[in-house]
Amino acid sequence: MTARATGVPERLTALVQALRSHGIRIGTGETVDAGQAIEALGLADRERVREGLAAALLHSEGQRPVFDPVFDLYFPRGIGAPGALDGSDSGSDSSPGSGREFDRDDLRERLAAALAANDQALLAQLAAEAVDGMGGYGTQPGSGGSGGSDGWSSHQTLSRLRPETLLARILAGIREGTAEGEFTDRLTADEIRRRIEGFRGLVGAEARRRVAERRGADEIARRAIAPTADRVDFLIAGRAQLDELRRTVQPLARKLATRLAARRRRAARGHIDLRRTLRGSLSTGGIPMRPVLRRRRPARPELVLLCDVSGSVAGFANFTMLLVQALHDQFSKVRVFAFVNRVDEVTDLIARGTADPEGLGSRIISGAAVTGYHGSSDYGTSLGEFAERYADAVTPRSTVFVLGDARTNMSDPNVPALRTLASRARKVYWLNPERRAQWQTGDSAAGTYAELVEMYECRNAQQLSALIARLLPV
Amino acid sequence: MLFTSVDDVATRLADTGYLASTAVATTVFLADRLGKPLLVEGPAGVGKTELAKAVAEVADARLVRLQCYEGVDESRALYEWNHAKQLLRITAGRDESWDETRTDIFSEEFLLPRPLLTAIRGSEPKVLLIDETDKADVEVEGLLLEVLSDFQVTVPELGTITATRRPFTVLTSNASRELSEALRRRCLFLHIGFPDEELERRIVRLKVPGLDEALARSVVRVVGALRAMDLRKVPSVAETIDWARTLLALGADSLDEDIVRDTLGVVLKHQDDVLKAAAKLDLDAV
Repeated sequence: MTARATGVPERLTALVQALRSHGIRIGTGETVDAGQAIEALGLADRERVREGLAAALLHSEGQRPVFDPVFDLYFPRGIGAPGALDGSDSGSDSSPGSGREFDRDDLRERLAAALAANDQALLAQLAAEAVDGMGGYGTQPGSGGSGGSDGWSSHQTLSRLRPETLLARILAGIREGTAEGEFTDRLTADEIRRRIEGFRGLVGAEARRRVAERRGADEIARRAIAPTADRVDFLIAGRAQLDELRRTVQPLARKLATRLAARRRRAARGHIDLRRTLRGSLSTGGIPMRPVLRRRRPARPELVLLCDVSGSVAGFANFTMLLVQALHDQFSKVRVFAFVNRVDEVTDLIARGTADPEGLGSRIISGAAVTGYHGSSDYGTSLGEFAERYADAVTPRSTVFVLGDARTNMSDPNVPALRTLASRARKVYWLNPERRAQWQTGDSAAGTYAELVEMYECRNAQQLSALIARLLPV
Repeated sequence: MLFTSVDDVATRLADTGYLASTAVATTVFLADRLGKPLLVEGPAGVGKTELAKAVAEVADARLVRLQCYEGVDESRALYEWNHAKQLLRITAGRDESWDETRTDIFSEEFLLPRPLLTAIRGSEPKVLLIDETDKADVEVEGLLLEVLSDFQVTVPELGTITATRRPFTVLTSNASRELSEALRRRCLFLHIGFPDEELERRIVRLKVPGLDEALARSVVRVVGALRAMDLRKVPSVAETIDWARTLLALGADSLDEDIVRDTLGVVLKHQDDVLKAAAKLDLDAV
């Protein structure tokens, strides 16, 4: 354990700091609660401490993926090599960093058995052994003890252990045991795959724990823990993260809808109708006893979305389109246009796409004419074509959102087209998934466009929902 | 204090038929020990409301329930004056002065306590269940803030009523609306997700006693596979139990393609989900 985090209060405050640095808002009151929780629970049972702290510190389930690894760092399962964890002798004869005396086949054998039995405690222990035996790297191989390597890598461990190749063997083992051809047999393969996935997570946590011992938990907590789904950068999000993001669309849309409705309610009251107030005051001798409020006509605003769906920004555009589609009952009309270097309307595709959001991107590419002779995006041509062909879509009642990184691939940005658009619409906003610092670098025309319309940096779902809530017309 | 330790929570809840995970047992213990309300979130049908009922049963406490809905207001949640009775009182005492009448008609006798006030008054143990908090309007949250932080209610004519004995409070939410940060801060947070395989099997065995052990295992495994499928509405514990009951009623002793195909509608609530699951489970054409 590092010298800094010795006492429980210090560890607790360090944990809270780390959580705060990941954007989880925790007040002092909650920290005090957490301290009381530890006092009430004691430290004997680690899982109870984990649940107790989560209950006191967190406010939503979405924060759990950040909390769990941070907790593992500040309240580690043990110290040093796995031998110290459970007193088993298997860890003592392996030397970290080298993997020479380490018996990989034996470990794979035991891992297969543990996966087949789904023994969580044993799996955790095997993950620790695997990291100890195969995860170490650095300049002093084989010097023994816990001081033998510079770091511990879960990637290296997994690529040497290759747990996914055990699947066939485990399946064969299980089938041998039952051999009846039961209905549930067809589920086994998927179950084992999920368990292997879980094991990979265990290896990652174990590697983080070992690294944290060396470099201090604070640094690892800051760098090595993935952000919550709503803070993942659109441009670098992997497939799994995009799926996760898509699952957040519905709840996010509901949240935004309530906020919009509240704003609409607020906007609907207020505004005294002076003429009718004075008229009403005639009966009281000209003293306006009862103010009359101007009645508002509930005119739902129209929304036009113009999205770059080229490869580089497709994840962002897809997510935003789904979000806006989920919000569609807040507007009288939502029209969505997609472009790469040609523009086509995809409103219908999106409306049908809510049932199957995964294939949306490919369906837009195949179902709509968004590319011409080449596949790279061209903002100038697309804006020009939009202004020409879909002029009727933009009226003084409509708010236009342009989504894209404004990278024109060195073609003419066609500023007049955007100017026409801006003059015709009630408001044009540009959401750019790139860091503000990168605008106007290379082939980006972001700066040029930003002079005409309001452009906002919109790199993750959190920023997007904040922007949507603020910018959407009432 | 209702409980002495986390184990105590787990065993006593189990006695009433509620099998608690580590998370549930720990959080219930803490809510009791720290005297804080417990905000329970999670998908429908995993036993959020059941938890409050089980705690009430264990603690031999009265369960006071406030069911939230759109438009629930102060007079439904807190208290209202019994106007009819007040009118009767006024008519009955014609010849007394107004001052006498006024002090009289705003007394305890004419107060109709609603759940929140009921939970605060009196000294017997109570469990206050505020069900589906997310369905209520934002204004109600403001009301809850006062009640939940100090367990007191102010009735202008009577003054402030403070709880002599804090009720064990459970708020449930399906997260259909985001609850305010201020309300969340007042509560301990508990997310009840789907139980792990082992726990769910024990729940099924407990709720459907006649079911064969092997069949219970198969049922839970199939439900687990369905949950991994990315359906519109993934089956919850309630559906698992329904399914187990159905299978018991049909007299099935093991799962096979026919019986799964015929009863999939018990578990899944959307036709697209049924089709998708049938395809993924390799059932023949439905």
